[in-house]
Amino acid sequence: MIQRRTAFCTGLAALALCIAIVPAFYVNLIAYIGLYSLVAVGLVLLTGVAGVTSFGQAAFVGIGAYATAALTALLGWSPWMGLLASLAFSGVSALVLGLITFRLSGHYLALGTMSWGLGLYYMMGNFEALGGHTGIAGVPRLPWQWLYAHAGRAYCALIWVVAVAFIVAVERMLASRKGRAIRALKTGQQMAESFGVNTYWLKVQIFTLTGLAAGLSGWLYAHYIGFVNPTPFGIYFSIEYLFMAVLGGAGYVWGAVVGATAITLLRHLLQDLLPKVLGSAGNFDIVVLGAILMFVLHRARNGIAPWLARRIHAPRLAVPSRLSRLMPRRPPGASGRPLLELEHVTRRFGGLVAVNDLSFSMQEGEILGLIGPNGAGKSTTFNLITNVLATSAGSVRYRGRRIDSIGMRAVARMGIARTFQHVQIVPGMTVLENVALGAYLHGGKGLAAAALRLDRAEEAGLLAAAAAQIRRVGLEEKMHEPAGSLALGQQRLVEVARALVPAPSLLLLDEPAAGLRHLEKQQLASLLKNLRAEGVSILLVEHDMDFVMNLVDNLVVMSFGQKLACGTPREIRSNPAVIEAYLGGEAA
Amino acid sequence: MDASIAAILLQDGLTNGAIYMLLALALVLVFSVTRVLFLPQGEFVVFGALGFALLLKGQLPGTVWLLLTFGAMTAVFDVAAAAPRRRAAVLLRTAALNLALPSAIAAAAWLASRHPVPPSLAALIAVALVVPLGPMIYRIGFMPMAHASILTLMIIGVTVHFILVGMSLFFFGPEGMRAEPLVGAGFVFGGLIISGQSLLVYAVAAAVAAGLYLLFERSVYGKALRATAVNRTGARLAGIRTHVAGKLAFGLAAAIGAVCGVLMVSLTTVYYDSGLAIGMRGFIGAVIGALVSFPGAAAGALAVGAVESFVSFFYSSMKDAALFLLIIPILLYLSMSRPGAVAGEEE
Repeated sequence: MIQRRTAFCTGLAALALCIAIVPAFYVNLIAYIGLYSLVAVGLVLLTGVAGVTSFGQAAFVGIGAYATAALTALLGWSPWMGLLASLAFSGVSALVLGLITFRLSGHYLALGTMSWGLGLYYMMGNFEALGGHTGIAGVPRLPWQWLYAHAGRAYCALIWVVAVAFIVAVERMLASRKGRAIRALKTGQQMAESFGVNTYWLKVQIFTLTGLAAGLSGWLYAHYIGFVNPTPFGIYFSIEYLFMAVLGGAGYVWGAVVGATAITLLRHLLQDLLPKVLGSAGNFDIVVLGAILMFVLHRARNGIAPWLARRIHAPRLAVPSRLSRLMPRRPPGASGRPLLELEHVTRRFGGLVAVNDLSFSMQEGEILGLIGPNGAGKSTTFNLITNVLATSAGSVRYRGRRIDSIGMRAVARMGIARTFQHVQIVPGMTVLENVALGAYLHGGKGLAAAALRLDRAEEAGLLAAAAAQIRRVGLEEKMHEPAGSLALGQQRLVEVARALVPAPSLLLLDEPAAGLRHLEKQQLASLLKNLRAEGVSILLVEHDMDFVMNLVDNLVVMSFGQKLACGTPREIRSNPAVIEAYLGGEAA
Repeated sequence: MDASIAAILLQDGLTNGAIYMLLALALVLVFSVTRVLFLPQGEFVVFGALGFALLLKGQLPGTVWLLLTFGAMTAVFDVAAAAPRRRAAVLLRTAALNLALPSAIAAAAWLASRHPVPPSLAALIAVALVVPLGPMIYRIGFMPMAHASILTLMIIGVTVHFILVGMSLFFFGPEGMRAEPLVGAGFVFGGLIISGQSLLVYAVAAAVAAGLYLLFERSVYGKALRATAVNRTGARLAGIRTHVAGKLAFGLAAAIGAVCGVLMVSLTTVYYDSGLAIGMRGFIGAVIGALVSFPGAAAGALAVGAVESFVSFFYSSMKDAALFLLIIPILLYLSMSRPGAVAGEEE
């Protein structure tokens, strides 16, 4: 095992040495790998982390390159104005594409960017003002001549400084408040929304960021080789960028460099070797490249990077030792109204009525149990309260305010937090990071602040709050382990801790005790009682009757989408309709 | 531009549009059964088109070798999967489908390249050379990954595209090809010359569209096919053999693609690498139908053909650019009309 800092410094030193001493041809190759890495890291962020993908990154590179080429070579502006134009054009195009595509499922972005990339490629090739297929020659050099001396070694170093800086920035972003939300996009969009994350805007942001990086790569490229033509910005290059991200390891930021290096070297090797073996009649290099990538996708879907990452020891996330730093809880409402009121709430799925004319209310500071046989509509009711689903009819009020159809994020902002029937955690993130997602709304720092490390103080607070809740549910030992490695019952506790972090006034727990051992159940019950004593109201769906009966103040019994009965546990136990429909012999 | 030019452009656009419609339908078919957004669909078109053109010239298309190779690979995959269980029936079936059948088709192609055959027979052989590639590609590329995400399946599609287009150059060379129309005659209708070839295109397009409609909307099996895309596990539990469904969808897509190729190569010059741009036109049509609606995709693809025809009249050099950039307003429209799609989980 190597420490990460050691690996990073060794890598940089080796790279610098390479740039200084290798023959001129390889300097060029290393420069290209740097330019490619800058683009590929964006695809790692999109494909591997956020679960969306783009088949049009080469087009953004093209926009960056053409913007500066047109301004500097044709109009005689300075390269620095060119830089601004490159970033503006590529960034705005990505922003617009993202804005219109991310309301649709992820694969629309893939198709959209591919079509858009093709269109742009044909446009560059047929636009006479931009030189058509010949492109634009005579793109001026940057004003520092020394960059180009000695086979452009200094320029190559400049490219790598930019690429490494960007990758480090992305790494920092992913380790921040918004970064955790980005990492949740792939598996838990709904969960992220329920903690106040605007997943749509977050995707637009990261897509724009990758567009900017690609545009920057284009600017560096244009002033490096001195001319631009449409070829390197076509669909094949877009696909190769994607291959770089996939081969390197789509979940690992540094995998972009690994992938860019591997694909670039592989292509050179194949283009050298294959014509000698098979003749030059076919494009055998892309055949082999395609076959290799298919094999990687079939057999080693995470690419090369995980294999390297296992050899590098990542430092643990530091947790500030202060135990508290709890989030301030909202003061209870002054009015005498119930905390939560459901009136005639109905939800239909086609012909099926999952929740039918359901009315109940709960008071401030009580634990209300929602029970009923499987399929009675309990989880649907949860989803209606938290706006995961829209009501077909009826109203939901929280402290007197209607909250049906205000959206998941608004519900979160009102101080309502929840857990899910089917555990929604991000398996690859540690328990601490998962729980810290709950603190999303209590921070305000964005991606730029994270990249510049201006978010450290806030971040420490969020992590401290998360750690405090992890201790509270008794998972301190597991804090730094990947949440996916925990037993199901413990994953449920992670969800409970995550829901506690934002200091909710109303906590909705969907089967929190399922999968817990007896002792763990007792601990959970006493935790919930303590929370009640602190003034937290809890709505609980649970099948374990011992657990429920000894804990709740009141019960609502549902059956086939309707309210069957409500009352104290004692009343419910003796209610004949409930015994008939649900408790059966158990209550006798 | 007067009405007669507009009519000519529209007729021309509808002929191309009918072909794009077939492609769009094939793409929706594959997507709705297997969740694969099959980017290499255009390669089937190119293989069908250039195979047909070569057979007419009395040459043996190189795709014969691709068919035999993929058949052998598929057989190896099947044998490897069946070996631990020693299932003789599986082995026999895979040998028949992946070794004997391709050999028979290859032999027919070889004969057709040695002796002059009527164009209709050449067309049939050209299509037959492509159809088995569909199930084979599904078996080798997609079946081992049937549960992967839509994005992963799409990227696998791109690797298939790389493999096919790289081989395509080897088989057909860099020169484009054209073929004589299958139907030579035509007639004049109100000042508009309607070629026999375009009538053939319309007839084939209508027949395929009707067939798919009957399959998916009127037959139990078609509904079962769609069920596999929604929930593979559920479909399996209900007794639907999802992999058979996948192979069938890919086989149909390959057949439709090859037929499009045969029709297209007498309308326009087809190059070894035309596939992506052709397939993408089908995709734009399919996106208009939100990737799931057969009628929507059909209407969308016809519109793509019409737009292409009009743009190329006014500003021919920007034809492709305009066509592909059309995706922006289409996506904008879709995202405005389906605001609820935000919360949808990716998988």
